[in-house]
Amino acid sequence: MGLPSNIRGKKRPFQYRISKFSKNFMVYGILFILCAFILLPLGWMFTTALRPDNTPTFTIPPEFFPTKYWHWENFSRALTNRNLPFFIFTLNTLKIFALNVIGSVISCTMCAFAFSRMRFRGKKMLFNFLLVTMLIPFAVLMIPTFIMFNKLGWYGTILPLVVPAFFGNAFFIFLITQYMKTIPVALDEAAIIDGANYFQIYWRIILPLSMPVVAVQVVFLFLNTWGDLLGPLIYLTNTSQFTVAIGLASFATRENPNNNLLMAANLIMMIPPLILFFFAQEKLIGGIASVGLKG
Amino acid sequence: MEASGLETKSATKKKGKLSPLAAREERAAYLFLLPWILGVIFFLLGPILASFALSFTKWNLFSPPEWVGLANYQKMFHDRDFYNSMGVTLKYMLLSIPLFSAAALGLSVLLNQKLRGMYVLRTVMFMPSVLAGTAVAVMFSMLLQPDAGIVNQFLRGIGIANPPRWLMSEQWAVPAIVLMGLWGIGGGTIIYLAGLQNIPPTLYEAADIDGASAWQKFTRITLPLLTPTIFFQLITSLAAAFQIFDIAFVLSGRGARRGALMFYLLNIYNESFRESRFGYASALAWVLVLISAITILVINSTSNRWVYYEVDTKGES
Repeated sequence: MGLPSNIRGKKRPFQYRISKFSKNFMVYGILFILCAFILLPLGWMFTTALRPDNTPTFTIPPEFFPTKYWHWENFSRALTNRNLPFFIFTLNTLKIFALNVIGSVISCTMCAFAFSRMRFRGKKMLFNFLLVTMLIPFAVLMIPTFIMFNKLGWYGTILPLVVPAFFGNAFFIFLITQYMKTIPVALDEAAIIDGANYFQIYWRIILPLSMPVVAVQVVFLFLNTWGDLLGPLIYLTNTSQFTVAIGLASFATRENPNNNLLMAANLIMMIPPLILFFFAQEKLIGGIASVGLKG
Repeated sequence: MEASGLETKSATKKKGKLSPLAAREERAAYLFLLPWILGVIFFLLGPILASFALSFTKWNLFSPPEWVGLANYQKMFHDRDFYNSMGVTLKYMLLSIPLFSAAALGLSVLLNQKLRGMYVLRTVMFMPSVLAGTAVAVMFSMLLQPDAGIVNQFLRGIGIANPPRWLMSEQWAVPAIVLMGLWGIGGGTIIYLAGLQNIPPTLYEAADIDGASAWQKFTRITLPLLTPTIFFQLITSLAAAFQIFDIAFVLSGRGARRGALMFYLLNIYNESFRESRFGYASALAWVLVLISAITILVINSTSNRWVYYEVDTKGES
């Protein structure tokens, strides 16, 4: 699912080489400037997060790397803060994430299995319908689903953020269907001859073989639940249930927060996705790219 | 998009009786689809119908809903917040979409060069795309601080005596959001890069033999073959502009001038969850659907003229 690997440089006539050298130099130059544009803000934030209280946040010139102050305890202070305990928020978010993984992986792989490997009437129509549902904007669904969950008595619980995951998601179903189509049909046929039923084929053969695309799904689920602000904002009322996103948003919108602690909390929110990114870069990029190409 | 890998025509063509085996397969298939079908009914079609009905009512959730006909839709014509949120969103679209497309395209061409260390550079450029909007917004609220934030220190450093006051000013708040988007341009770049790598290298080789310049190769090969990607990005970024929430929510609460960042979805959020005008907010949501549907249809209808599809993908999707 990764991007096609680079094609090796081919031998070029001599006159190209000199112009190529200056061209490469320029490309490197631009990219280094752009990398600085990306990295310096992060460095500044990290520096600020390590400052003691009551030092000015903004210095002239700005400091992009921590040199003077190394107050690592700012991170533990943000994690264990009495009013906004980011450690609890992290656990809350991970709980929602874990439940989303269970629900979404099972429901989406089941649907994808049917769409990719089974014959039934109305398949084409249902699949086209699935694609259309991806276009429905969240804004239209937000209010009536809120009213529905409210009437069910789920307001103030994490159920509205978890239960819908058990009912499939068009985007993931599409992604997994495309992957499952590439698994040889002979496997199913052999299993049927051996007397397996459809559920066994799904559970024992296709699901284990689909783990690469499920991994992509899990990565996306993490980024979605970790970053989701609107959902928790609408449904969660009690600080003890807050997710990291809403915790950070309420920290940031307070009157005069300690900027060093705010930046520490912000890094707590940024670091897990970044770690995930470094480990799952290929999967993530392959996932995003395949969506873009097939969309 | 072809829905089936193993479909044989005869199995689905006949509307009549299925063989027992095929009937069993069909039952099993619908069982597998059951969670999604239930989800569509309860979390999609039901809410859509409810939302449409709600848009003709006045309802604060506590007293019973009251039928008001088209009053909600008429109200928008005199609603300052509606005009403001529409203006903010449109301004953002006009600024961001051309800029982001050009930037992502340019960056992807750079990242597609076969150079040593490119993997590391790509990693850095893609990094911001995984960061949550809330976190990026909180960071930029500090970077864009008008007096001593690093953005304005830099601008003064290169000789701009009176740099914009960004989030604190009426005109520069939306450009500030665009700047944030530019910082995270890596996400869009990934898709362009994948598009670039899908272009057969033989085309460039043929152009080399014909003596084409780099610019000619870009305008005659790269750009036309990327039009499907550009088209896809255009549609998704239009839809995304109507869905901007996190950044606007955080920054409106953190120092930005009142109303300067009232994006469309934030206005809907305020009308419903702050002001409890659920009927009016539903009407706003439907206007959003209508506008995005029309925009997408218009763009789609022009696509024949500028989007190039290779023969083998024609007829799909």
